[in-house]
Amino acid sequence: MTDAFPPDTVRCDACPVLCYIKRGHAGACDRYANHEGQLIRVDPHILLDRAKSQGTPLVPFLERDSPWDGQLLAQRETFITAIGAGTTYPDYKPAPFIVSSEVDGVDMVTVVTEGIFSYCGVKLKIDTDRHLGPERNLVRAQGEPVGHVTTAEYGSQMLSIGGVHHLTGGTKSEGRVTCETLLDLCNGKEVALTIDEGASITVAAGKPPVVNGQREERMRVGCGSATIGMFAKQWFDKVDEVVVVDDHITGVLSEHQAGKMLGVRETGIDIQGQRSTPGRYFQVAQPGTGWGGTNISDPLTILKPFKVKSAWPGLRLLMVSTTGEQFAYYELDDALRPVEKDLPPALRESVTRIRENCEPALTTVLFMAGAGGSLRAGVTENPVKLTDSVKHSLTRVTAGGAPAYIWPGGGITFMVDVSRMPENAFGYVPTPAIVAPIEFTLKKTDYASLGGHMDSVRPLQEVLREKERQRQIASSPENPWPLKPPAPGSHE
Amino acid sequence: MRDPAIIRLLLDGRRLHLNDGPIDLIIEADGHATAIRAAYEAAARRFVTILDELCAELPLLRCRSAHSSPQPRGRIASAMSAAVRPYCERHFITPMAAVAGAVAEAVLAEMTRAADLERAYVNNGGDIAFHLAASRRYTLGMIERPDCPTLFGSVEVSGASSVRGAATSGWRGRSSSLGIADAVTVLAETAAQADAAATIIANAVDLPDHPAITRVPASEIAPDSDLGAIPVTREVGPLSASDVDTALHRGAQLAETLRDRRLIHSAALCLQDRVVLVSPSTADASYCWDGLLRPSAATAHNPLAPQRSSHHA
Repeated sequence: MTDAFPPDTVRCDACPVLCYIKRGHAGACDRYANHEGQLIRVDPHILLDRAKSQGTPLVPFLERDSPWDGQLLAQRETFITAIGAGTTYPDYKPAPFIVSSEVDGVDMVTVVTEGIFSYCGVKLKIDTDRHLGPERNLVRAQGEPVGHVTTAEYGSQMLSIGGVHHLTGGTKSEGRVTCETLLDLCNGKEVALTIDEGASITVAAGKPPVVNGQREERMRVGCGSATIGMFAKQWFDKVDEVVVVDDHITGVLSEHQAGKMLGVRETGIDIQGQRSTPGRYFQVAQPGTGWGGTNISDPLTILKPFKVKSAWPGLRLLMVSTTGEQFAYYELDDALRPVEKDLPPALRESVTRIRENCEPALTTVLFMAGAGGSLRAGVTENPVKLTDSVKHSLTRVTAGGAPAYIWPGGGITFMVDVSRMPENAFGYVPTPAIVAPIEFTLKKTDYASLGGHMDSVRPLQEVLREKERQRQIASSPENPWPLKPPAPGSHE
Repeated sequence: MRDPAIIRLLLDGRRLHLNDGPIDLIIEADGHATAIRAAYEAAARRFVTILDELCAELPLLRCRSAHSSPQPRGRIASAMSAAVRPYCERHFITPMAAVAGAVAEAVLAEMTRAADLERAYVNNGGDIAFHLAASRRYTLGMIERPDCPTLFGSVEVSGASSVRGAATSGWRGRSSSLGIADAVTVLAETAAQADAAATIIANAVDLPDHPAITRVPASEIAPDSDLGAIPVTREVGPLSASDVDTALHRGAQLAETLRDRRLIHSAALCLQDRVVLVSPSTADASYCWDGLLRPSAATAHNPLAPQRSSHHA
């Protein structure tokens, strides 16, 4: 019977059902799965393991079940994350895990809980020069409004997804789709979004965005004007005129300060759009998904006829976008009309260099949420003292072991880069609301003084003995180790 | 390497959690403290052998049910077999379609035998057996999508009615479905009956050959699935309102037949945010469905759903 199954099917022996599990699937229990041919346990409480800062993040359970007890703590440091820990709901209980450990001779306490967040969302930074949609327009998933377009930033477009008004303030369907979209984005899955009067995009944390079906490869090297400045020397003598097409500032070599310094001759070029300073033009076209974030596919449409007084037949013109992905080379004929020619090898190099100097375009997902009353009450009998302690950097806040940025001002409103958190760290409840891990780490003496639940503090070794539902994973090498005692007065 | 069964109280100190392999039960009993303790002990004692009993007859339980099927030996296996038998002529069904309900029922029976309880439920992954004294009630919240759930309604059942089982089936759930329903929730006299009927009705909510529906042979997902090479639903794209209505209507028609054959009491069928209710045949005042047509009221009974004015964070 076994022979009939593909070679990477595993037979799970965790219970007498003895499921055959195909690669990428889970068994009948949904708790054991076949991950690249290895049987792994998928649901348990996640512990970060500092010793294994490189290598596979998932530990095969057979290996885990080989002798492994508290003794290993002597060589390895372990941090209990809140992933899978459970919550303080309803409102009055201490957090599920309050764990003490000694780190560099200092007694530390980590309060580990999963927060239920209705006040939450994600900020998406999408590296693209293409126009995704007008500011303030709705962003939709499966047709439901789940967020909006906010500001354009340097080389990227910001979207705000989620927030309490979409989660619980709209229709049932809007809330459900918003919850699903947030969950997928936070867990690193691919999500398809459309923007009213704008583009359709597919995004996933840490991956290049896909805009209208086209994968975005690179961020622009700079605005059109900056590109002229960077490459003027390389173009000088090889071409008479260069236009760097950019939705923000289109640059023109002969008029630009950089060209003037090199003594580039006047060419009689005449550009559409609004001249800002010499050689720099705003609004040469409409925003779009064509050249340099404009709506144009034929760059000649931004040129008016060359001025007869200054231009000359044979004039060499390079037009290029800010990422070097689009380019065209022309020479003027006797009637001073640009005629497209093959790009000369000498110029090819400069276009390639623009491309090489562009960073890879990514989508980044920051989860943002506020730790409210019940969550803080699970940490201390005196919730406001926790806020104060966090503000004074005496308490470190992490989410699944990843560092969280705490907003100044009232409350504990934090942001965390989901790519730095372990896989599938987020969950949901039917409210709908997102469940996210959050850990507070502080000195034991500080915990006592802010009214912590001292009766519920358990030593790390004791928690680790309950290996029943635990999973150890490697800590991400880019994250600071969450258990390091904070230096007094330090601000991280 | 076999994992030991988990027997523990949940963090709230009230509910009992029993887990063994794919069986995962959440149990709660109301009554005198000593009665609750006796009931939980009885539940745990009964629980620890269930998986082995079932696995001993697994090949038989994974075979299509027919009038000529051999009688299983175990009590739970027999209950599974009996619950699916009424469907065996017209439908492909195996006793596994009733496994969750039958297990819940068996554990509940031990609890009520061991102690005098006001109320008790055994929730086996959404398939629920419950016990109610005549004057007591339970409110059940219903979700249509386990991957990102919101309540689509609730139903209040009183001890005066004969309903003692509830089950939900749909293609998004843990078991594969031949149909496209997001969720079909069924109330019946026993959990095993509800379980089998929910499977059959969810299979009937369907649009054969519709291009927006992706199906793959069940064995491609789980090589040892009881459904063999039968295509099961993997993805349902957005459907037009009339397609949704057509599919729901097919399921509802079958549900009405099952109600008239007294196999079920009532059912709620949900597909892409539309809900159809198949009511009990006589106006039964002992329970009522709520919130199905008024989405804004759907969260009223959910302890995790705060009022609009007090969001939790």
